[in-house]
Amino acid sequence: MVPGNSNPIISVNGLTVAFGQRHVLDGLDLDVSRGEILGFVGASGAGKSVLMRTIIGLVPKVSGNIEVFGIDLDAADSSERRGVERRWGILFQHGALFSSLSVRQNIQFPIREYLKVSDRLLDEITIAKLAMVGLKPEVAERFPSELSGGMIKRVALARALALDPEIVFLDEPTSGLDPIGAGEFDELVRTLQRTLGLTVFMVTHDLDSLHTACDRIAVLGDGKIIAQGTMDDMLASQHPWLREYFHGKRARAVLV
Amino acid sequence: MSGPTLEQIAKGDGLALCAAGSWTARFAPALEQIVAEAEKLTGSRPNIFIDVSQVSKLDTFGAWLIERLRRTLTHGGIEAQIAGLSANYASLVGEVRRVEPAGPPAASESAILGVLDRIGRAIYGVGDTFFALIGMMGAVLTAWLRVFVRPSTFRLTSTVHHLQQVCWNAVPIVVLITFLIGCIVAQQGIFHFRKFGADVFVVDMLGLLVLRELGVLLVAIMVAGRSGSAYTAELGSMKMREEIDALRTMGFDPIEVLILPRMIALVIGLPILTFLGGMAALYGGGLVAWLYGGVDPEAFLSRLRDAISINHFLVGMIKAPVMALVIGIVACVEGLAVQGSAESLGQHTTSSVVKGIFLVIVMDGVFAIFFASIGI
Ligand SMILES: Nc1ncnc2c1ncn2[C@@H]1O[C@H](COP(=O)(O)OP(=O)(O)OP(=O)(O)O)[C@@H](O)[C@H]1O
Ligand SMILES: [Mg+2]
Repeated sequence: MVPGNSNPIISVNGLTVAFGQRHVLDGLDLDVSRGEILGFVGASGAGKSVLMRTIIGLVPKVSGNIEVFGIDLDAADSSERRGVERRWGILFQHGALFSSLSVRQNIQFPIREYLKVSDRLLDEITIAKLAMVGLKPEVAERFPSELSGGMIKRVALARALALDPEIVFLDEPTSGLDPIGAGEFDELVRTLQRTLGLTVFMVTHDLDSLHTACDRIAVLGDGKIIAQGTMDDMLASQHPWLREYFHGKRARAVLV
Repeated sequence: MSGPTLEQIAKGDGLALCAAGSWTARFAPALEQIVAEAEKLTGSRPNIFIDVSQVSKLDTFGAWLIERLRRTLTHGGIEAQIAGLSANYASLVGEVRRVEPAGPPAASESAILGVLDRIGRAIYGVGDTFFALIGMMGAVLTAWLRVFVRPSTFRLTSTVHHLQQVCWNAVPIVVLITFLIGCIVAQQGIFHFRKFGADVFVVDMLGLLVLRELGVLLVAIMVAGRSGSAYTAELGSMKMREEIDALRTMGFDPIEVLILPRMIALVIGLPILTFLGGMAALYGGGLVAWLYGGVDPEAFLSRLRDAISINHFLVGMIKAPVMALVIGIVACVEGLAVQGSAESLGQHTTSSVVKGIFLVIVMDGVFAIFFASIGI
């Protein structure tokens, strides 16, 4: 899919975000088209998480305009907002599981909120979601503090997918997963994209994911998008940071 | 977006269930009913299959319900089939096909057993708490001795910081509350003593009560609620985020780094607050005695001098550091007992305050017996 698609599902225009005097994002423009998997890269501390959190409305912006599903969330009333929130799923960088709920309750929480279905179906869907992210049904009864780092990521993903959303925001989904798990994860994202037409906004440092799962890559630097395009565009770019990133030692090991 | 449907079409001795419309989470309640209806058909025909070629939209909810229907319809060794699956949806159905059916729900235990179980655990827990408190006391003492031997390891900055939190920042509220209590005690005293024409004895009562018992007890309870809970919450959230483990692996002793400064701050701070609280209460009481009871300040002071000896004041002050120790130990034990969840943090903070206040009152009783037996 090409950038500048006529009907973007997320569109960000002239976004500026600052903490105190320090501008983290500075006049950023970004469009995400329906059904694509966008990989989002940038140096640590460049503001990737901040951009994601701003799009979903957790961080206040100084100026700019954000539309999701064609709805400007600043102008939307609360029922419109809820409508939008039901259609996206979010995986936070640190999981953000509810620590006093078990894995089962964590996954069922959003479903219970929005759908009136029987407990039997809830339990079955929970197990299905867990299976999709590669976890055994036994895990359902455990509490977040009893999970490994990678399992927390997977459960958080299962919760993000609980309502079969149209967009998922993933903040470093494969960090903390073993390479096999990360590979399965990329495969899962692909499957969901194909079958559900899922749009994926994925912040990642995982070159493998960028290579195998993403349709398009956007690069954040100095508070702006400094480059976007396919993996091949990235590899061909002459930008020094991009050359370092995609042609460094680690990148060569992955991409050859 | 059209809602989901499932039509039954007979084909020879077989039956086709034709799914159509949008089989997605949005329609989950309706879907569940449709599928529950269709599941009743199990075994009614020798050959039943599900045709999904007309489905316009499918997600995991829909895919699972179709898969569940297929499993239920599988009967008498004849496996029900799903027909008309497009390549896109096949992988989704493939995903849910791996799901193993849910096991039977765990048997719930009887209510009486549950209650007995809880009582048993609570009683057992009292012993645990006791040993944990003794253990912490020992650990703090050894840390203190270590610091005594090598004063360079003492964390002065941290101690001063906690002293500010526990003592300095608490002064306004402690003084205000004890002042008001002093006023109330004096007013009540005057009101009732006046019936016997014994107004002036209110000074004796006020002095004894405030300096010996009420001052220190009130202040200790306030500090348990204010600083004990803060200690527990701080240590608990540090425990949750593995900060305490990090300290330990860097070769620091958490007791020495985190707990000793807090304990010292409390042991220094509580007597100061007790003193200020006592003075504020006497001041409040004196004011009421003057304005409401007509005992002028000069008479009040001379009466106070007769009624109160330095011993009464000391009894109050001696209790203060011991109560500080109790509050601090309880708060730190509870803080370190926090497990991974937010709920556990809340529980331990609550129990830190409850146990702290309880033990403060018990200690006060023990002191009363002790002082009575040595005749002060
Ligand atoms: N709540 C906040 N208050 C102040 N500064 C913040 C806040 N949140 C983030 N920042 C700052 O914004 C910048 C961008 O942070 P962000 O978390 O978006 O980085 P990132 O690109 O996601 O990095 P990483 O790849 O390490 O996750 C950082 O310099 C960070 O210090
Ligand atoms: Mg981040």
